[in-house]
Amino acid sequence: MPQPIHPLAVSAYTVTSALGHGVADHLRALEAARGGLRPNDFGDAPLACWIGRVDGVEDAPLPAAFAAWECRNNRLAWLGLQQDGFLAQAEAAIARYGAARIALVLGTSTASIGATEEGYRRLENGRMPADLERSGVHMPHSLTAFVAAALGLQGPALTVSTACSSSAKVFASAERLIRLGLVDAAVVGGVDTLCGSVLFGFNSLELVSPERCRPFDRARRGLSLGEAAGFALLERAGAAPAAPRLLGYGEASDAHHMSTPHPEGLGAELALRDALARAGLDAAQVDYINLHGTASLKNDEVEAALIGRIFPASTRASSTKGYTGHTLGAAGIVEAAFALLALEHGFVPGNLGGDEPDPACGPQFAWRGERRDVRIALSNSFGFGGNNACLAFGKAAA
Amino acid sequence: MSMRVHVEGIGLWSPQLADFAALHAQLQGTPPPAPAGKPPASTLPANERRRAPESVLLAIEVAGQAVAMSGRAPAELACVFGSAFGDLSITDYMCETLAHAPTELSPTRFHNSVHNAAAGYWTIATGCHAPSSAVCAWHDSIGAGLLEAAAMALADQRPVLFVCSDVAGAGPLAPITRSTQAFGCAFVLAPETSPRTLATLSLQLAPRAATPMDGGALPAAWSEANATAAAALPLLVVLAGRDRHCQMAAAGGLGLEILMENVA
Repeated sequence: MPQPIHPLAVSAYTVTSALGHGVADHLRALEAARGGLRPNDFGDAPLACWIGRVDGVEDAPLPAAFAAWECRNNRLAWLGLQQDGFLAQAEAAIARYGAARIALVLGTSTASIGATEEGYRRLENGRMPADLERSGVHMPHSLTAFVAAALGLQGPALTVSTACSSSAKVFASAERLIRLGLVDAAVVGGVDTLCGSVLFGFNSLELVSPERCRPFDRARRGLSLGEAAGFALLERAGAAPAAPRLLGYGEASDAHHMSTPHPEGLGAELALRDALARAGLDAAQVDYINLHGTASLKNDEVEAALIGRIFPASTRASSTKGYTGHTLGAAGIVEAAFALLALEHGFVPGNLGGDEPDPACGPQFAWRGERRDVRIALSNSFGFGGNNACLAFGKAAA
Repeated sequence: MSMRVHVEGIGLWSPQLADFAALHAQLQGTPPPAPAGKPPASTLPANERRRAPESVLLAIEVAGQAVAMSGRAPAELACVFGSAFGDLSITDYMCETLAHAPTELSPTRFHNSVHNAAAGYWTIATGCHAPSSAVCAWHDSIGAGLLEAAAMALADQRPVLFVCSDVAGAGPLAPITRSTQAFGCAFVLAPETSPRTLATLSLQLAPRAATPMDGGALPAAWSEANATAAAALPLLVVLAGRDRHCQMAAAGGLGLEILMENVA
């Protein structure tokens, strides 16, 4: 088992998804149990399904100085960076520590592949069209390279791309760099945007629901895809005494199958126990768990059993994929933000879409929103390839 | 703030060089025979080897070489798989299919398209439940990935397998990625010295310097054909005992200074 870590301050965070731009829109939607999914209107020949699309991305081009990075994913990143005063917080951190002493670790599953797809639709004599002959948008580091330029960061910069656990694992990478004294702070987060690859890809695996996704419902029919951007600023606890804390994280591999979770949730449980050990917590101390809860048949079955065997009924659990859709590589940061909102506002989001609970779900499930004190909150993120991560957050010590 | 990591195993594959020993021979002026065909990737069971895309075969081949050299059990190693571009043949297939017949997309090729495909195949084949990751940083993928792997080895005091590999570009992406042949390398990194230690490296972040690399006996075309190969070469030359110091790019303005402290 790993050693407990020194908690880090989450001194700023922001999220943009189908629920809106910035944390206030998200808190309002979660409190009102109002989802953000809509019938699929993405692309020329949309599949009959529901999506979590972010409004306003099309109307928010990048500033001219960043034109080389122009694509939907980087637009969404830029839109996300402008919410909740995050740009100013990043600037203040640069002034405090220096641009080379701040790491940038971002997660994404498909980055700017949408731009590559567009290029293939408009090939000119077998070549990329001239406006898309930009090497920076045809590679998976596109997001991080753009954000480093946009924020003026000069420290370590890394993209984590482990499918749907990507932007949870960024917290682990950042904590290690800070613990070793290589940097003093880190900007972490993730962005993924709707694109043909994921819509038709998950469709090919028969994992896309024709209706709004219904996590943990007995009649669930698969996932709804979404897009989102989220960012957080991590510093040593002393730098922000009142800020919520990253208490721990866990990472583990299923070693089972490329696209199906381990039937007993082995990797998920290892990641969960690893996170609790690093945070120095017992399972019974956890007030809320934001579940991975994709609404795929298998994930929800395995995850419901995991929660049932580890946590008491006093621990509340819900999936928020019914609000945002599955935002893939951004799901880790989106749901980290929801865990942080739960701590800050004493609100457990209800499991939207679970109208007829799967009998596998125990008494831990919060089917409707609940007002209660939340001191410790976890977030689960599991990805293809059996890649599991779990994050533990807590209120600042009184 | 410098970090010391101990290298216990080294893997390497390109169409000209079958392993690290072949690079050694090449640097000493005795070019070895080129490997025949695809990377053997013998760590994978035969049915998985048939299904796995080229990028996975390459990564698994070099990972298997490095772990075999270290003598460690693969299941005990956390792993970090780096690649600037992932599987460019699958990207070409996916974008081509999406442009013409999106509903005909192959589910196997889709799940093989994730950047962590090699990490998935590796952990499944070796029964590894340790943390696994897949990372990238464009042309700096090997420097940034090495930093990530070394940080994991030191922060959690555990041995870590680090792999970095890239295949040739395909279709309209070929001229953009400028990757014309495969290259992969892998290292087993340990936080403490042991009888398995081949070399001890001191790593330190520093402003990025322009360090033109002389590959010695290697034809320049070898590293020019793959940006990851070009970025890896200075470290491989150090590990081959031909130099004691190099700098790798770790991010835009950031370098990773590498000093070899001893050779076993």
